[in-house]
Amino acid sequence: MSRISDVFKNNKAFIPFVTAGDPNLAVTEQLVLAMAEAGADLIELGIPFSDPVAEGIVIQKADERALAAGATTDKIFEMVRRIRTRCQVPLAFMTYANPIFVYGADRFLANCRQCGIDALIVPDLPFEEKGEILPFCEKHGVTLISLIAPSSRERIRRIAEEAQGFVYCVSSMGVTGVRKEITTDIGQMIALVKGVQDIPCAVGFGISTPDQAKKMTQSADGVIVGSAIVKLVEQYGENCVGPVRDYVREMKQAITS
Amino acid sequence: MSKGRFGVHGGQFIPETLMNAVTELEKAYDHYSKDADFCRELDGLLKNYAGRPSLLYFAEKMTRDLNGAKIYLKREDLNHTGSHKINNVLGQVLLAKRMGKTRVIAETGAGQHGVATATAAALMGMDCDIYMGHEDTQRQALNVYRMELLGAKVHPVTSGTQTLKDAVNETLREWTSRIEDTHYVLGSVMGPHPFPTIVRDFQRVIGKEVRSQMLEAEGRLPDALIACVGGGSNAMGLFYDFIQDESVALIGCEAAGRGIDTPEHAATIAKGTPGIFHGMKSYFCQDEYGQIAPVYSISAGLDYPGIGPEHAHLFDIGRTRYVPVTDDEAVAAFEYLARTEGIIPAIESAHAVAYARKLAPTMGKDQIMVINLSGRGDKDVAAIARYRGVDLHE
Repeated sequence: MSRISDVFKNNKAFIPFVTAGDPNLAVTEQLVLAMAEAGADLIELGIPFSDPVAEGIVIQKADERALAAGATTDKIFEMVRRIRTRCQVPLAFMTYANPIFVYGADRFLANCRQCGIDALIVPDLPFEEKGEILPFCEKHGVTLISLIAPSSRERIRRIAEEAQGFVYCVSSMGVTGVRKEITTDIGQMIALVKGVQDIPCAVGFGISTPDQAKKMTQSADGVIVGSAIVKLVEQYGENCVGPVRDYVREMKQAITS
Repeated sequence: MSKGRFGVHGGQFIPETLMNAVTELEKAYDHYSKDADFCRELDGLLKNYAGRPSLLYFAEKMTRDLNGAKIYLKREDLNHTGSHKINNVLGQVLLAKRMGKTRVIAETGAGQHGVATATAAALMGMDCDIYMGHEDTQRQALNVYRMELLGAKVHPVTSGTQTLKDAVNETLREWTSRIEDTHYVLGSVMGPHPFPTIVRDFQRVIGKEVRSQMLEAEGRLPDALIACVGGGSNAMGLFYDFIQDESVALIGCEAAGRGIDTPEHAATIAKGTPGIFHGMKSYFCQDEYGQIAPVYSISAGLDYPGIGPEHAHLFDIGRTRYVPVTDDEAVAAFEYLARTEGIIPAIESAHAVAYARKLAPTMGKDQIMVINLSGRGDKDVAAIARYRGVDLHE
């Protein structure tokens, strides 16, 4: 729990995402270490899913690559264990309800705790369904992150009241992926959350440039960047660690200055 | 609180972005399903446009040939657009129009639901986009052209296995990006609440008609109802009004593809395990880590790794049973019905005919079974020819 509260303690948080196992787990392990060193405040590790309905084409393909390269939930737990011997950066898993449910939510969250995962993000687990997984998160001390979207409107109050750790604000309608422009009034979404509970808000979906990140952090406590990083992984393959490190450093600087 | 549960199954496992869209849909459905004007308009469309009621036909030659139960065919294949899909689509597109939507989107496997949606969209003046697995656009090329003739835009889906489940993924993604003016016309009794309930209610007309037609023809209820099951909409539509009648056996026929002991099947109840996918908790074909399996069937409409949550529940409580039917058995039944009764069924429906051929001889001559002929087989003729080694292309 403490590692999550540390994420937003100093300045604005930069939260990068990579799909675990893309292009392989050895590279993912190096990526996590490099991103932590470059200033990432929390790292989101995607457990690949065969049918990621909330993802755009970039992360869909990353999931396909990771699964084809043999990534499994158990191998990803092993990788996190190895990472934890060298690095204490806060870590969140991002995956769909099915890999958790089929693994057994109790066993999944027990393993999360045991290997050092701090939070869990499940994009197809809305407020009404969180009873499937939340009791096991609480039992094992892993923070279940709540999401709000531009279409949430009156739902924001209920979600914010019970949110823990931070609120994941989805910047735009649609699926994950780089966007030229984000038109949602993020400031208003965040104000609605903060009116209910004083909890950090991080914005994700569509953010790729330092300018966008800077603009978002005028109202948000952090930014989450996935597809832009996964694109670098796709482009550079096993040689992606350097380019991703540089990118994370640049983004973190943009929101710190 | 979770809504739309059937026992442990069902629910609303979708991104937050879609939650208000399904809530709005639920409210609109609750309102309009009790609205006299809406019901009158839908009844009018079903009667005057779709051609309902569909016939309940006594298959005398088949009955004689199988020498067992008396066999009736519920002729959903005679509906406008050639399948039961029109029942649900007319209801949903009419509902979408009342909700002020101007555009409908839908997934399709074999193309029957896509054709039905494109038809209703043309009739009611809505924009229409259909998502169809790339592989399915090839095996059902004629239906792609048919949808385009009706004014729809067909988007081939090239992700994943390029079949029905991927078409559902892509339609969900599209809906996530555009809910203000767009309604997702889900084609089966699946997906997040309220879809399993809405689709079942719009398909209930099948079972209601069977009940009254059977009482008129035979003065009693049938002993067995048989329908094919992919997501399960034609089966649920047939079964629903008989659930309370314990004497009526309710049997769903799943696609066993090349056999349930091979990896190439789509037999969810026979081989699936509990999971959460496409907005619902139900049974799915998947691996030990919850990765959805690449399923297979000769029938694009049954080539789906899940089953509707109400079917999963009825299976759990023992009210329904599900049997696997292989490609070979379905193709043989396709040809059998053509030669015996002069009716070419959809390859999907042929799965039900195949099981009926096994079951009927084990039943008494005083017993009655109804097979749901959910669609007609014109769309499958070229594929069956190829299956038989005839070099025929559309």
